[in-house]
Amino acid sequence: MSTILNFTGTLLKNLVSKPVTKNYPEEPAVYPERSRGHIVIDVDQCISCGLCVRSCPPRCIKVDKNEGTWTINRFDCIACGYCASKCPKKCLSLVPGYQKPGRSKAAVTYKKSAEVMEAERKRAEEMAQRKAAAVKAAREKKAAAQTGGQAAGAAAQVQAAQAQAAAPVKAPSENQ
Amino acid sequence: MGKVSVVPFGPQHPVLPEPIHLDLVLEDEKVIEAVPSIGFVHRGLESLIVKKDYNEMVYVAERTCGICSFGHGMGYVEAVEKIMNVEIPARARYLRTIWMELSRMHSHLLWLGLLADAFGYESLFYHCWRIREQVLDMIEESTGGRVIFSVNKVGGVMKDIDAQMLGRFVEKLGDVEEQICAIRKNFLGDRTVQMRLCGVGVLTKKQAHDLGCAGPFGRASGIATDMRIRGYGAYADLDFEPIIRTDGDSYARCACRIDELLQSIDLIRQAAAKIPAGDLSVPVKGNPDGEYFMRIEQPRGEAVYYVKGSGKPYLNRLRIRTPTFANLAGLCETLKGADYADVPILVLTIDPCISCTER
Ligand code: SF4
Ligand code: SF4
Repeated sequence: MSTILNFTGTLLKNLVSKPVTKNYPEEPAVYPERSRGHIVIDVDQCISCGLCVRSCPPRCIKVDKNEGTWTINRFDCIACGYCASKCPKKCLSLVPGYQKPGRSKAAVTYKKSAEVMEAERKRAEEMAQRKAAAVKAAREKKAAAQTGGQAAGAAAQVQAAQAQAAAPVKAPSENQ
Repeated sequence: MGKVSVVPFGPQHPVLPEPIHLDLVLEDEKVIEAVPSIGFVHRGLESLIVKKDYNEMVYVAERTCGICSFGHGMGYVEAVEKIMNVEIPARARYLRTIWMELSRMHSHLLWLGLLADAFGYESLFYHCWRIREQVLDMIEESTGGRVIFSVNKVGGVMKDIDAQMLGRFVEKLGDVEEQICAIRKNFLGDRTVQMRLCGVGVLTKKQAHDLGCAGPFGRASGIATDMRIRGYGAYADLDFEPIIRTDGDSYARCACRIDELLQSIDLIRQAAAKIPAGDLSVPVKGNPDGEYFMRIEQPRGEAVYYVKGSGKPYLNRLRIRTPTFANLAGLCETLKGADYADVPILVLTIDPCISCTER
């Protein structure tokens, strides 16, 4: 059973109905809420841990801890969102809006604000001081124990002191 | 006997969206042999497995293909999950199934459009893609991407389709179903279309079996090969039969795919009715140690994912066999004895996806 011209009805309907396409760019595109457009960063929250750098499949992120910068090459980014799922501070998110075309694969850098940098520097200094103090205390204790001649007990004490000293040393390096 | 000449076809050709090159040996207007060559878009995705850890690799695996990307991601994560003995939540299984069927729909509608274009029916081509756009909109709304879904992870899925959204989708699919039924008439009932497709490129069941044809290409020749029957994802809970035609010509392949569109809508409806509440993913610890062979049904046929790990975050081997790779042999067989003017249609009827064949 075959017919001809059975598309005519659809054709006529299409002729008189409104176009399905939009007059982009005059009429802006509407993206759904979940649209994976581009990555945004709340850079002041970033602790420069580098987890996003290591998890990004095309390796398009760079992080400089000393400068307090977070750099992304948006032309290499595949908008997968893996970095956002890995970030411990949840400061990365994928939002709608695609990357505009460009002439070169330029990277964009985000820098932490001066106040945040200053606060971080102070915190680091404080940590360093505390660490130095702890090391000093441990050394003094060790010296005291040696002069006391109680080698076995002292060793245990030293170990405890070192463990104490080690704990705050590790924390700042994770937090920065 | 006429003069024998060789005509190169592709890798750049107006009807071919994909880079495959065929040397067509012609005798007058008849093709007596077709010699395929591929290798124009090899990207070396499989070798990235040693450089990206197994979680990152999900995103690489997805990018094997731009049309059936969801299936590639799903095949890979399910293989890794099997190695690690991870039991994913039922809701995640259902969501994967729904997305897989949406992906099949957008792939088949794309193909139908291309076929209409190949036999010179431009308005039907646009119309198919217009219908496809609604499916793409659903995909974009639920996953955030139009072709690359990025919702799979080892241990489950990352995004949910809540009851309200799912209800809306099912309703919209009712519309889409009506439109598909309408184009079904255009494709299967139109005499001009029948003249271009009926009896063109016949592949018998035996030939299809011997050449290892997969997917709708094999099913159109009467081979009941459909990996969904294995029951991965939520397919075990859903009621369906593989769609089979026995004529083995281009018309049967077209009919097979149109009916699969309606089947996909039905599967989504069933899944939407049965989907249980619950978590989207389970936490995964450790690294994959072992190997697994995962077989899934992609829109183009059976795809195979072989994954091997040795207890490290970086796996040793990933091997993807795509359905087009299996169907190339069948294609060359159907081309033998075909009219030169039918070559574009025959190449299209296997739904070639050369980029994923070359990975
Ligand atoms: S993972 Fe988050 S906190 Fe860490 S460097 Fe990247 S953006 Fe900053
Ligand atoms: S979205 Fe993906 S590709 Fe883009 S920066 Fe994040 S991890 Fe890298």
